[in-house]
Amino acid sequence: MEKRVTFGKWTIGILFAVPQLLLIFTFFYWPAGQAVYWSLTLQQPWGGGNIWVGLDNFRSILSNADYWNSITASLIFAGISTGLAMIIALVLAALTDRQLAGSRLYRVVLIWPYGIAAPALAMAFRFILAPEAGFMAVVNQFWPGFWDPGLDGADAMASIIVAFSWKYVGYNFIFFLAAFQAIPRSLIEAAAMDGSGIIRRFRDIQFPLITPTIFFLLVINITESFQDSFGIVDIMTSGGPANATNLMVYKIYSDGFRGLDYSGAAAQSIILMLLIILLTIFQFRFIERRVHYR
Amino acid sequence: MTIIKRGLSALAAGALSTALAVPAFAEPVKFDFWFGLSGDLARVVDTLCKNFNASQSDYEVVCTSQGNYDATLQNTIAAFRAGKQPTVVQVYDVGTATMMLSGAYKPADKLMEENGYKIDYSDYFPGIARYYATSKGEMLSFPFNSSTALMYWNKDAFAKIGKTEAPKTWEDVGADLKALKDAGYDCPMAINISGNESWQLMEQFSAIHNQPIATKNNGYDGLDARLEMNKTKFVQYVTDLKKWYDAGLIKIKSKDLGQDMVQAFATGTCQVIMTSVGDHGTVGKTQKEGMNWDVAELPVYAGTERKNSLVGGASLWVLSGKSDAEYKGAAAFLNFIHDPKTALFWSTNTGYIPVTKSGFEYMKANGFYDKAPFKGRETAIASLTASEPTEITRGIRLGNFTQIRAEFGTQMQAIFANKVSVQEGIDNLVKNGNAILDRFQQTYPNKTLP
Repeated sequence: MEKRVTFGKWTIGILFAVPQLLLIFTFFYWPAGQAVYWSLTLQQPWGGGNIWVGLDNFRSILSNADYWNSITASLIFAGISTGLAMIIALVLAALTDRQLAGSRLYRVVLIWPYGIAAPALAMAFRFILAPEAGFMAVVNQFWPGFWDPGLDGADAMASIIVAFSWKYVGYNFIFFLAAFQAIPRSLIEAAAMDGSGIIRRFRDIQFPLITPTIFFLLVINITESFQDSFGIVDIMTSGGPANATNLMVYKIYSDGFRGLDYSGAAAQSIILMLLIILLTIFQFRFIERRVHYR
Repeated sequence: MTIIKRGLSALAAGALSTALAVPAFAEPVKFDFWFGLSGDLARVVDTLCKNFNASQSDYEVVCTSQGNYDATLQNTIAAFRAGKQPTVVQVYDVGTATMMLSGAYKPADKLMEENGYKIDYSDYFPGIARYYATSKGEMLSFPFNSSTALMYWNKDAFAKIGKTEAPKTWEDVGADLKALKDAGYDCPMAINISGNESWQLMEQFSAIHNQPIATKNNGYDGLDARLEMNKTKFVQYVTDLKKWYDAGLIKIKSKDLGQDMVQAFATGTCQVIMTSVGDHGTVGKTQKEGMNWDVAELPVYAGTERKNSLVGGASLWVLSGKSDAEYKGAAAFLNFIHDPKTALFWSTNTGYIPVTKSGFEYMKANGFYDKAPFKGRETAIASLTASEPTEITRGIRLGNFTQIRAEFGTQMQAIFANKVSVQEGIDNLVKNGNAILDRFQQTYPNKTLP
């Protein structure tokens, strides 16, 4: 006579999932729902009267030229910094993967930048890229006015891209290196015996085998470039000059917290969330097809 | 219902505080004071708080720096929404309109009256008091740290071009900068357009020239005020600044670029700057050895009748929803700060100016302004009291002014980078700024400024 307490399959599942669901609800769905509600109202900063305005906040944001500039700036930033961070990391990982003397040391050195907090990193780059001190001052001596991130929007954009990519090179490097190391040595050795060179081996064997990693990093890097750029922008350019580096995430902060426009900021964060979801869907639909999972 | 509830809780609180007051060695009533100064200035505030606590045994103020003005306001709003607000909070000048419409404060003059303190409000310098008073003249908050903008000039450099005085008109400034350049100075004057320099460049300039920033007397007469500095002398001023910048007579200095303008002046790199009297102490402490410099009132265009400049800095607001005992403490604290002796302590240890005539007289009588390093700071008082405040020079009362200042920086950067003409840039500033004001007005429908 077997005695056994039986749960329906789903009851026990739910039971185990409850803590996690609670956390997700508290820290994601609830605030996200709050943001949706705020985006449809005009919030008085001190509380009290909140006015229902429907989609007015979205209308006024989307009809604002500054907001479109901010979207363009975010896309340019995401595109270039993700590209740089991935290509540099890929090259470095491919090089360190080879049996070189001291490759362990290189690995540690290359992983470090990711461990630096964004504000510290931004402070360092602000100093390094200041037009009147450091390396760029020397360049400016030869070509006066060549580097002027205080007034030239392109220079300011370049400086935040450099700082952001610098950080994510380290992050990407870890993943790429792990992916390279997971490739069976025998495959590469066999190819080498067949007489193929480094480039050929990389293109036909290593690259296809690491496409899942490339895809994963692409999704993460693009998402992070929209969200994690905040600290760097705040410290290096504060969104200037003339809004050239006023990325979407920074505009949400400055409108919401400095400007006390909670509703406008809520509407912007909804738009940012939708944009990231769209980009991610796009990547899964069109890019993932080229990924070879083993 | 709420009134009854409030009445009951006030009664209860009153009963409780009398009950607590009976024992001879009662615990002092604690209350919170949040402020936005940091670093050196925060230490001075801490000392001020210690002095207050030591001066009596009934109350204990707990002073907490929130880092900066923006953060103080943000944190206070968050705390207020959660019902955990401090009793006293320091709010910067441009937050005044936002505070006035918040419905979250207890008027300072009422607080003092209810607690039996008689304050002579005419003792405050009018240019300072009116910034924080209603249109009827009721003081809603008390000025705390006050400053105004001055022109700092390098006497050694000016001696090289045969000048012993600071330029008094903008026409002279142009000529002097040119002369300084010709005498081999690479940076005759420094300005900054990356932060809140709207204060020196737009707000102070407009006040001194009696030019409006916005309609409805700079917003004092209604939330439907709209910006209009694209039609005032301000356009001429920016045109001149841009012309001098293009000619290399003005350099842009900001912290982001490696050196801010105060450092640039103190190290002798740049010969003229316009900044707060609050920086007087910093320049004195960090200046190049042996450099001779002085401060002067900001120049005016020839033929202008000079008006008073605007006060900058912050004031102390008492928030609503606190117990009577805490309000008693807050009143005692405000009274302590109002004392001329506190003014002397405060101004000696910071660069800020006394806010009352009696404080100023007390400091003069103590010989404060007679010698370095404080000599010259009386110029700030002269600038603030250059005239009786007009409808325009009593202050600026515009909602979300922080965002308008940010927009000012954006448009100035566009102008100086030759992306737009001066007129176009200021037109954009007015257009975008008006959208900000429009939004503020929509957020507070059916409300009027007190």
